[in-house]
Amino acid sequence: MRFLKRFYLGLIFLFLYAPILILMVFSFNDSKSRGNWGGFTLRWYAELFRDREIMSALYYTIVIAILSALIATAIGMVAALGIHNMNRFGKGLVINITYLPMLNPDIVTGISLMILFVFVNMERGFISLLIAHITFNIPYVIFSIMPKLKQMNQHLYEAALDLGATPFYAFRKVILPEIMPGVITGLIFAFTLSIDDFVISYFTTGAGVSNLSIVIHSMARRGINPTINALSTLMFITVLLLLIIVNKRTANNSGKENVI
Amino acid sequence: MKKSMIAYPYLVWMIIFILVPLLLIVFYGFTKTTDQGIVFTLDHFKRFFEPIYIMVLLRSLYLALICTVICLLLGYPLSLILASKEYRHKRVLVLLVVIPMWMNFLLRTYAWLTLLEKNGVINTFISFFGLPKMELLYNQGAVVLGMVYNFLPFMVLPIYSVLIKIDKSIIEAAEDLGADSKTIFGKIILPLSLPGIVSGITMVYMPAVTTFVISRLLGGGQFTLIGNLIEQQFVYTGEWGFGSALSIVMMILILFSMAIMSRYEKEREGGGLF
Repeated sequence: MRFLKRFYLGLIFLFLYAPILILMVFSFNDSKSRGNWGGFTLRWYAELFRDREIMSALYYTIVIAILSALIATAIGMVAALGIHNMNRFGKGLVINITYLPMLNPDIVTGISLMILFVFVNMERGFISLLIAHITFNIPYVIFSIMPKLKQMNQHLYEAALDLGATPFYAFRKVILPEIMPGVITGLIFAFTLSIDDFVISYFTTGAGVSNLSIVIHSMARRGINPTINALSTLMFITVLLLLIIVNKRTANNSGKENVI
Repeated sequence: MKKSMIAYPYLVWMIIFILVPLLLIVFYGFTKTTDQGIVFTLDHFKRFFEPIYIMVLLRSLYLALICTVICLLLGYPLSLILASKEYRHKRVLVLLVVIPMWMNFLLRTYAWLTLLEKNGVINTFISFFGLPKMELLYNQGAVVLGMVYNFLPFMVLPIYSVLIKIDKSIIEAAEDLGADSKTIFGKIILPLSLPGIVSGITMVYMPAVTTFVISRLLGGGQFTLIGNLIEQQFVYTGEWGFGSALSIVMMILILFSMAIMSRYEKEREGGGLF
């Protein structure tokens, strides 16, 4: 029985990791075909950094991720505070609508925004991509912060006001420290979601502005290219590092948020 | 000033970028442009009922179903092992199930392309033993494989998190009363893990029905799913009305099944414990 369990675990992890490992190994292969090993090389990495298309996509991916995460966190934080103070009916309504982008299939969110941008005659490109990313990020920020607000002692804020603090000062000194873990979790969540997104970006961006997912998609359709392997290896390591940071955080916050 | 007013900027954002776009889909789905201007029509939905498109929908549902069943068959034993006495303290293993999920899903799918292609790793390995090369890519099997690979963690996580919460004293009580492991599994573990199974099924089935990338890359464009059909309408043929109608059908299908699933989940949570 013990052996069987081990064997099964081994098989599953082989299934989960073999493709990724092989991808990584072949990023160092000095031969364009996957059939044979042509010796160790770093030339695909060199080619990767010389590739204009990939470098510009990397730039857009990071800029969009940072901007959309920051803006979504700002809007989401203020929204969470407001929603928290709404009456039951308003709260239920707003929360249900906020759930929509999380429940709807990505493809529907993507095309709905695409229709909007075309409908108002807005040229699709950087701005539309940014708006789309902010839109699908905000719900995750709001739902990271709301539980923290619920846990907070309501009277602390009122006490601060009674003691003569201005509302903004009381917010900065009382509420913000309490909800900070949720804000940071939301920020990191938004950042990783933005980096990883393909479907929504695919529909909302225009010519000349592509993120990495879009470039990978078009390259993969053209056929296998070792440069993508090099790119995958770097991205996998980056994501791994990010994940370790996020996990440390959620573990510190008594593991409230589930890591999905 | 009411304190809830600070949510107004978000409310404006929400209306413009969540509600209005969805209403626009409904608008395009139910109208068409004629000489008299824009008129109400059900043509797009009628077109959906042509056999060729019904086939696409059925194929999407069917492939997603197969994918879900495989994920359940692979994922349930895995969750059981991860939650078992020997492994429950090794949280790293659960993390190892999650990590591939955080990698760009296009890259995960692309990784299988490398393995399955004609001169790929598996075929090289096979021909090393003198066996003939196989066509592994661009068939339904490859599409299902890609889906299972991408969505298996979505099945494992909810089941695992339910299993790990089962009160061990219940199992001990059953053992004391003379139940064998089969009875314990059938009468305690399985019923108590049902909520996890239900949400696992939801989380695998939904993305599997709507995917268009996996079927494109691993199916080579021969296996059109409903996602591909929607993408085609918006990116290539420009028939927004039909694309919107398809999206509405898909959205209703998904929200409807979600509602059923979540209702079932709630019922189990209350009733299953006693």
